[in-house]
Amino acid sequence: MAKTTSSDTHKNKARAAVAKPAAFGEDIDFDIYVSPVKEQPSEVEPSKLPARDKARMLEAGVVVDNRSQRAGTFIQMNNAAIHSSVRQEGVEVMAVSQALEKYDWLSDYWWKAVAVDTDKFTANVELNQHNGYFVRTLPGSKTIYPVQACLYLAKAGLVQNVHNIIIAEENSELHIITGCTSASNEEAGLHLGVSEFYIKKGAKVTFTMIHNWNPEIAVRPRTGVIIEENGLFLSNYVLMKPVRSLQMYPAARCVGENAVVRFNSILTAGPGSSLDVGSRVILDAKATKTEIISRAITTGGRIIARGYIEGNAPDVKGHLECRGLILAGEGIIHAIPELKGTLAGIDLSHEAAVGKIAEEEVEYLMARGLTRSEAAATIVRGFLRVDIQGLPPLLGAELKRAVDASEKDLM
Amino acid sequence: MRDVALSIEQLTVEVEGREILHSVNLEMRLGDTQVLFGPNGSGKTTLLMAIMGFPKYRVTKGKITFKGQDITMLPLDERARLGIGMSFQRPPVVRGVKMRDMVTACLRGRESEEGINQLAEQANLTDFLDREMNYGFSGGEIKRSELMQLLAQRPTLTLIDEPESGVDLVNIALIGDLINTLLEKDCPIPERRCMGLIITHTGHILDYINARTGYVMCDGVIGCEGDPREILATIREKGYQECVSCFRRRRTSGG
Repeated sequence: MAKTTSSDTHKNKARAAVAKPAAFGEDIDFDIYVSPVKEQPSEVEPSKLPARDKARMLEAGVVVDNRSQRAGTFIQMNNAAIHSSVRQEGVEVMAVSQALEKYDWLSDYWWKAVAVDTDKFTANVELNQHNGYFVRTLPGSKTIYPVQACLYLAKAGLVQNVHNIIIAEENSELHIITGCTSASNEEAGLHLGVSEFYIKKGAKVTFTMIHNWNPEIAVRPRTGVIIEENGLFLSNYVLMKPVRSLQMYPAARCVGENAVVRFNSILTAGPGSSLDVGSRVILDAKATKTEIISRAITTGGRIIARGYIEGNAPDVKGHLECRGLILAGEGIIHAIPELKGTLAGIDLSHEAAVGKIAEEEVEYLMARGLTRSEAAATIVRGFLRVDIQGLPPLLGAELKRAVDASEKDLM
Repeated sequence: MRDVALSIEQLTVEVEGREILHSVNLEMRLGDTQVLFGPNGSGKTTLLMAIMGFPKYRVTKGKITFKGQDITMLPLDERARLGIGMSFQRPPVVRGVKMRDMVTACLRGRESEEGINQLAEQANLTDFLDREMNYGFSGGEIKRSELMQLLAQRPTLTLIDEPESGVDLVNIALIGDLINTLLEKDCPIPERRCMGLIITHTGHILDYINARTGYVMCDGVIGCEGDPREILATIREKGYQECVSCFRRRRTSGG
């Protein structure tokens, strides 16, 4: 596989950062994992995958049997891309290795939204990268159905190193569902995923990511987004299933006027789970806007919910809302909302609240005839319901299904 | 004579260790609308909360009988399912829970899209069905929302706490209509299957609703009982101060 795009500069920077700890989250020792071996890309018809794998994928929002409601599909198992297909013109979906061979210019997008030397995890992805997906909409193309991408960890103890590139050309519209999941409910693994998003002038991207790992898996996604003039990036992240350790802090930078970013996150942590998750937005151009909303529920795990908005241009507006619910005595939620303004005339705000279910609300619902447990379930369901503006109804329904399917586990 | 559907005998209620109601007696029959007057802090809301069964309002003596069943120790939600409903004066905001969800819950299996829309139309809340419960609602919107939920719930006994507080003149007529519907005021009294106990501080709601019996509550006891309009006339003329002094005079002389 030709790797002409990963210039020596990237490799050198990565080598210099191999031991650089991440800014947040506990350290992870790569040595306890199986070294990734190069696996040959192979083409598999997704519907012919074992039923068990298909069921796991479906739980993460990836439909393999009837793909009529998907604009395209990409599946990577362990470190091999096993399927990519497209059903709509104007959309490209392929393994990033294939895209690198096809497009010389792709190197212009390589490590431009995420720094290769961010930490040992980005460095490891550069030095030991095994594929990832490339999704691109051509100028003016609008996907009706979402493109789906599945990163599947099937082999125990493996490190999955992927580098994804998503480009929405000018005035295009792209919806993506990414489901990250594992075959096993109990075996250890490490998922490292770099995702770089480029949203060109007037383009609109919704990115819905569902994580369904297991209590032994550690996850370190590294995401960067660059949004040009009048562009929109809408991210929805859902984690309703246990994971051992997750740390991510995706960063979006609005570089063109009137660009808009929204991050919605729904996080749950059971006993043994440790999450350090946030969203970071830099408003660098005039009249750019952002909204970061997170809902965190712990039934015994530890959650650090971060948020950071920085306003560096006139007339920018940003709001950060972080709410946490502690359903069991042992759980910890630590909300860290941060705002930074560097000039007059900007409007940044935040609200954060951490608590238990309010007894007054439970009793109010009980006075309408709901039992105590029905009342608590209704309140939790409401808490998890983040109204997402701009999401197509189909995606809204899928997101709701993913949340509904898991919320009973909380009660 | 219609049967007694609610009977409160010698009811003594404590809130956070402090006795608020002392030996209150009250009776209601199906078809009744009764009004509870009283100065602020006299115990009116405590009485409603105790009938509804909120755990914070602890009955230390006495008995509440509803539809022939002793409900003194019955939990809040069981009372609701037995047919007691309440319009809250200041209901909590429940983030993320939509008004549609609440109305659906109140209908307990009888829900239909059409029925919910009809109720919303009746309460002039069509645009509110997908709003979060009580979040950013005005005074009038809160009252209409409370009454709409009760119309869905259809309780035998409706407890209404200050339906006119914080409500403008346009809203109060509609609120009066909703209460009249809820209390089946268009049915002849003997055919009504429900009854209402309404707290009013100012009495404005009586311009819209007919009530047969009025009580004045003072210092946690029911001080007097009579025609609500007559009571209201006295309160309007002389203020609650007169009720309080009258009650204290009688208590002293009566021993």
